[in-house]
Amino acid sequence: MSVVRLSRRHVTQSLGVVLATFALPSPSVFGQVPANVPFSLRNNRRLEGWIRVEADETVTVFTGKAELGQGILTALAQIAAEELDIGFDKIRMVSADTSRGPDEQYTFGSQSVEQSGGAIRAAGAEARGILLAAAARRFGVRAEELQVRSGTIIAADGRRATFWALAKQSAGLLKGDIALATAPKKPGDYAIVGKSVNRIDLPGKLTGAPSYVQDMRLPGMVFARVVRPPRYGARLLAFDEAAVRALPGVVAVVSDGNFLAVAAGREEQAIGARDVLAASAHWSDDAVELPDMARLRTELKKLRAETIVVGSAGQSEPAPGQAKRVGAEYSRAYLSHAAIGPSCAVAWLRDGRMTVWSHTQGAFPLRGDLAKVLGMPNGEVDVVHVPGAGCYGHNGADDVALDAALVARAVPGAPVKLQWMRDDEFAWAPFGPGMAMKVEAALGSDGKIVDWSYDVWSNSHAMRPGQPGGVNLLAAWDLKTPFVKSPAPHIPQPFGDGDRNAVPSYELPRKEIRNHLLLDAPVRNGSFRTLGAHGNIFAIESFMDELAEAAGSDPLAFRLAHLGDPRAQAVLQAAADKAGWVPGKKGDGQRGRGLAFCRYKSIGMYAAAVVDVEVDRNSGVIRVPRVVMAADLGLVVNPDGAKNQLEGAIVQAVSLTLKEQVAFDRRQITSRDWSAYPVLTFTEVPSIDIVLMQRSDPSLGAGEGSLPPTSAALANAFAHATGRRLRELPMTPERVKAALS
Amino acid sequence: MYRIVVNGDPHVVDAAPATPLLYVLRNDLGLNGPKFGCGLGQCGACAASVGGKLTRTCSIALRDVGDDPIITLEGLGTLQRPHPLQKAFLEEQAAQCGYCSNGMIMAAKALLDRNPKPSDEEIKDALADQLCRCGTHNRIVSAVRKVAMEPVR
Repeated sequence: MSVVRLSRRHVTQSLGVVLATFALPSPSVFGQVPANVPFSLRNNRRLEGWIRVEADETVTVFTGKAELGQGILTALAQIAAEELDIGFDKIRMVSADTSRGPDEQYTFGSQSVEQSGGAIRAAGAEARGILLAAAARRFGVRAEELQVRSGTIIAADGRRATFWALAKQSAGLLKGDIALATAPKKPGDYAIVGKSVNRIDLPGKLTGAPSYVQDMRLPGMVFARVVRPPRYGARLLAFDEAAVRALPGVVAVVSDGNFLAVAAGREEQAIGARDVLAASAHWSDDAVELPDMARLRTELKKLRAETIVVGSAGQSEPAPGQAKRVGAEYSRAYLSHAAIGPSCAVAWLRDGRMTVWSHTQGAFPLRGDLAKVLGMPNGEVDVVHVPGAGCYGHNGADDVALDAALVARAVPGAPVKLQWMRDDEFAWAPFGPGMAMKVEAALGSDGKIVDWSYDVWSNSHAMRPGQPGGVNLLAAWDLKTPFVKSPAPHIPQPFGDGDRNAVPSYELPRKEIRNHLLLDAPVRNGSFRTLGAHGNIFAIESFMDELAEAAGSDPLAFRLAHLGDPRAQAVLQAAADKAGWVPGKKGDGQRGRGLAFCRYKSIGMYAAAVVDVEVDRNSGVIRVPRVVMAADLGLVVNPDGAKNQLEGAIVQAVSLTLKEQVAFDRRQITSRDWSAYPVLTFTEVPSIDIVLMQRSDPSLGAGEGSLPPTSAALANAFAHATGRRLRELPMTPERVKAALS
Repeated sequence: MYRIVVNGDPHVVDAAPATPLLYVLRNDLGLNGPKFGCGLGQCGACAASVGGKLTRTCSIALRDVGDDPIITLEGLGTLQRPHPLQKAFLEEQAAQCGYCSNGMIMAAKALLDRNPKPSDEEIKDALADQLCRCGTHNRIVSAVRKVAMEPVR
């Protein structure tokens, strides 16, 4: 198979680390050896599947994880350089690619450093051990007597051999399975891991080098656009194909059931043809009845649900009788990913093979669903990850990949670039589901919680492609012979789905937590950063403040009294200290301060937030001047990169707490541009102070966990400032004014 | 046929008069800096300098460009010789996905051209119509401030 290289290697050479992303490689097969080994090694045992010592004195590192704009490839390169003892600038990263990389399923759940990092750490240690043993044999010395400096092995008498020379001389040296024969370094010996390094992909992105799938240009490429129905459920009755085909540049009009798309030689021609196609299309009046978004909390509970108890304790004892009982209900709106660039893919059908370049979070799972819809064997479809605009979960990336592939099938031999328009993205990408939460608790005479009852209602947040029983791709449901959606998977605690973080980290002698997974899904849902943790922590941490008030206790002291884990107590105390928390201080009607804690997924990073607010009582606008966050991430690979992640999720949390809600009437989504779905802007962004706890425990993931406690602390700050509590998100000026009137 | 001057070089473009400048820059000239974000002039990802003015290239037609010289992100600096703003964005790691960076840098350039020593408030005001979704706003403000603090630009 010929290799087309559109790599920007030549332009990025001066930067050292190279991202080899735009390439068409030859297929390879990886061993399938089940074993009791690090998670990502279980199905990918071959050493050269992770690390290849190249003839050009570089090392290629393969990961199944994708760069989602969070700097993961940089952190993984640090881990590889550390274990191999080579210069950081010798590493070349290849990310998720079904044709040549390991299958690590999805890049999600803040697990990449843990999973891929764990595998690369083991592979790097193994490769270094094998190379040291080879050098020891050659020099006739023991491996322990050798040193490694920047990829050169040095004997006590000064003899030297480089990794590259050793690998070249013995072709099979690094081709075996990873035996886990060499232990990785101890954190105390780290020289590269733990240091802030600059992101390897940013120089190109900041100077206009081709970096995104949107920037791909292949020979003979055509541009395509889709025309989606006006609402869920509408069927395509008729359209004027001849009129569209007659437009300048149009090379194909693709229709299959309710799927409609057009391809043209130039991008603006495709966009113009989309407008004509949309205007000529007649759709049935069918609609899916949508909930009343003004009454989401009650509307959600009307939907059919499957109820599971996801946490309980002390239920064999009766509820305490002589206790003070308190209850409250909360909700959050449906949320949009709202990346700055709409989803995009390039698809190319040639010589019977379909290659799709995509900013998907799961190249392998997407490949499987694409193959099903296209009626092709998995082996004839490849998905290569190329970055897109910001990824905060399951956005339109997978859907647009199928859209592009369907158009590519209509123009065989021609690569097709298909980007969604802004309204496609806002109306059709999966949303973070709306959620309703209800808490009741009882306080004993000592002011501690003696009983806890919790319910959460939401649709599944886990509707990605690659799950059994169907296909989770938008266009697949619209074809003349449609595919069914995969049923929602059951994700057990502590990960959870809508019930992620529904089980509090607090020590509660008697508790029952119920997840009501909604089975009817009038609005299309998917995974948005933290899944249900955002709604659950908003409810739990709001309610902890309500309980503290009922107990006459300070919010910080009340939480500390219910936490047994010293790491949890430490982040809370660190955030409070940094912010200058004053116990018992009252809000003044306008200004206030709130606190919240979250251990993400109950097993991930610890985070505590202190948020300050200023409330304009006339306009109802809440301003957030400052957020303080203390976070315990375990071992931090790239401190500045981790801080960047924490900051980003804090800003996003403020944005969705104050502003964000997908809007719809009873028939269709109405928030289809930035004026209808506003996000936080420069003048509204708080100053942020981050305290990173110094730990050498295993890495816990930094991508999401600062979001939920920020949202909850903001709600607590509003209540602290005004004495009124908002229990529905977002906290819009209308709701603020209603609460204060 | 239209003749436009981009980053100092003249180009002859064969595209319809109503073609938004963005697609000409990206597809005819092969530039990657200006990005498609909304096509509505709302987000600023497509920004470039046209005739010295910060312009949303998704919302200006090729026929309306005339003789106004166009400067894109690529015209500011290169990987080897980055513009002070590009260098400052790197030093502050003022990006996550980087998709909005083009507009941020172009808007900051327009600000510094008219006000070389802006306050933080002025920087935020100047960037208020440029959307970032990853939440890197504070780092972007720091990067612009860093350039503004430099004695000679």
